[in-house]
Amino acid sequence: MIHDKKAHKYGMVIDLDKCTGCGTCAVSCMSENNVPFKEDESDKKDSITWMRVYRLTNNKPFPDTEVAFLPRPCQHCGGKGDHGHSPCVSVCPATATDYGYDTGIVSQIYTRCFGCRYCMAACPYHARYFNWWDPVWPEGMEKYLSPNVSPRMRGVVEKCSFCYHRYQLAREKAYASGSDEIPEADYQTACTTACPAGAIVFGDLNNPSHKVHQIVKPDPHPDPLNPDVVGKSRNPKVFRLLERLGTNPKVYYMSEREWVRKLGDHYLDGEWDKVKNVYGSASHE
Amino acid sequence: MDAALIPEGAKRCSFPKFMLGIAIVGAVLLWGVYAMLLCWFKGLNQTNMNDYYGFALWIWADLAVIAVGGGAFFTGLLKYIFKIDELKNIINFAVIIGFICYSSALLILAIDIGQPLRGWFIFWHANVHSMLTEVAFCLSCYFAVLTIEFIPNILENRQLNKVPFFHHLAHNMHGVMAIFAATGAFLSFFHQGSLGGVAGVMYGRPFAFREGLLIWPWSFFLFTWSAAAFGPCFTLLVTRITEGVTGKKLVKDNVVHLLAKISGWMIFTYMIAKIIDTWYWAYYTAPGLGFELSHFYTSNGFYGYWILVAEVIVCGVIPGLLLINKSTRENPTFRLVAIVLAVIGVCLNRWVMVLQIMAVPVMPFDTWALYIPSWQEVATTILPVAYGIILIAVAYRYLPVFPQELELNRRSEVRES
Repeated sequence: MIHDKKAHKYGMVIDLDKCTGCGTCAVSCMSENNVPFKEDESDKKDSITWMRVYRLTNNKPFPDTEVAFLPRPCQHCGGKGDHGHSPCVSVCPATATDYGYDTGIVSQIYTRCFGCRYCMAACPYHARYFNWWDPVWPEGMEKYLSPNVSPRMRGVVEKCSFCYHRYQLAREKAYASGSDEIPEADYQTACTTACPAGAIVFGDLNNPSHKVHQIVKPDPHPDPLNPDVVGKSRNPKVFRLLERLGTNPKVYYMSEREWVRKLGDHYLDGEWDKVKNVYGSASHE
Repeated sequence: MDAALIPEGAKRCSFPKFMLGIAIVGAVLLWGVYAMLLCWFKGLNQTNMNDYYGFALWIWADLAVIAVGGGAFFTGLLKYIFKIDELKNIINFAVIIGFICYSSALLILAIDIGQPLRGWFIFWHANVHSMLTEVAFCLSCYFAVLTIEFIPNILENRQLNKVPFFHHLAHNMHGVMAIFAATGAFLSFFHQGSLGGVAGVMYGRPFAFREGLLIWPWSFFLFTWSAAAFGPCFTLLVTRITEGVTGKKLVKDNVVHLLAKISGWMIFTYMIAKIIDTWYWAYYTAPGLGFELSHFYTSNGFYGYWILVAEVIVCGVIPGLLLINKSTRENPTFRLVAIVLAVIGVCLNRWVMVLQIMAVPVMPFDTWALYIPSWQEVATTILPVAYGIILIAVAYRYLPVFPQELELNRRSEVRES
């Protein structure tokens, strides 16, 4: 058991200007985590996509049309005030989803979930998925399932775990080598390592030597205008999805394009102009 | 054929006619049972729910039956705690309706969860922060209370009552019923409220989220209040339907007028609170999160402002006023219109607080999600209705549910002669 002096707070930043929407992150995620699929995947409302890529547009006519792609894993919310009461964790009646205060990762205990789906209703990011069917893989493909991740049964909810099994392996490796620290390179999610554009950066937001910390520059103090919001980025190009709700996600997005950043949250008329170039653009008066 | 079981002096239709009615409703019930078994054995892929609509028709049905079943706890509170004695003439029926509603809610929940065999995890691995945990505990306990309240009425069956033990048990249970009524009111306050809290605590869903008092969002209190307000209307509506089907007057007008008056004032005061809540949410809570009111009611093919007007004005304020006003309350047509509107209103409120929440897009680049339930969902939602009709029919036929029935119908027979 490693007793860190300071708890980890794993998170990621996704550069939307680098993302080409190729979907490699989604495919690698499904493969790594034994995510089941349907014969016909055209209806996305009941298929399981731990990492889903949304297509964003600036809604301008040609030739000013611009498109961006936004990969959306579970946001691993810290909840209001970053106290660990994320929207899904606080509502689960059977404690089948939990917040890891040592990692900041929101877990899902498949064998305890009884499928009430309250967590899905509470999640504004649609990051949680229900197993409407039993998982079935084409003959022979079951041999390629990852032995480190348990497949899920019909009737339970699942979601992105930040490849928690990789964290466990990295932790064991660190322990075996007698180290207290998990090196940055030893724990990386499947989507991060697979992204051909290098758009995803993953690491410990609490560790100043990690790249994700250096990009995000998370503010450890609550937003003075909205005390529910903690960990706001001090990089004006970095934002979080629906930051004003106070969910405090640990997934950050980055873009040079203003219209992309504006699509990260809702703003009333005139609000965006006041905050667009200020650190933590979701602040409002 | 079954004359020995029918309450003494009461007139009932012939046994074959009764069984024919039961068979027709029973066929609908079997259809629902078939759909239920499909859901249990094949899974929730039998529904049209999806990852946007994790909560759908069933959760609405759950919330709606519990709301309209609120007549049981509130009438019990008025009768046994506030000592409004006239209500003894309708309390049996209110309890039966409540029993049907709550047993239906538990059945629907058993179908609705993805792993029904793990349903007990909600008690075993209880998360005290979850409103649903509070719902599960209070709902189960209150169903036990309703069963206890129903038992004396069952024991008053003509044949069962001949057994001295049952006779004395029923008599003594009536004597201590105030304790159960108080327990029921306490439990109902929390489970009705926690059902409102289910939506109100979802701070990731601005359409649902409400601020509140300590750990309880305002919707917690509004749900309890609305169940107490609209529940008696459902009791009156089912009483009126039963009178229509049986062709008999079963409850005296003064009792109906009294319950309608109390319900009217409860609805009226509830609507004031509801309007304040809606106004505060529309002008402070939602804009504080970046949402304009129009976001929730435009850009989709179904949820317009009409639903807000229908819930608050047409099916809220109007029935409240109709039932407060003596002349309209005592007019059978206006009273019927009012209680029908009221029942629709509370069901509409539960619909909005379940299905519209799921439909509204939250992420700026997301879209509205609408859904149409599958036949399996519809059949399993109708199933409790069929079950309720059968239980009421059997209870009415064999139990002395309405204490004023004999007196009222003797008078009408004399008048006719």
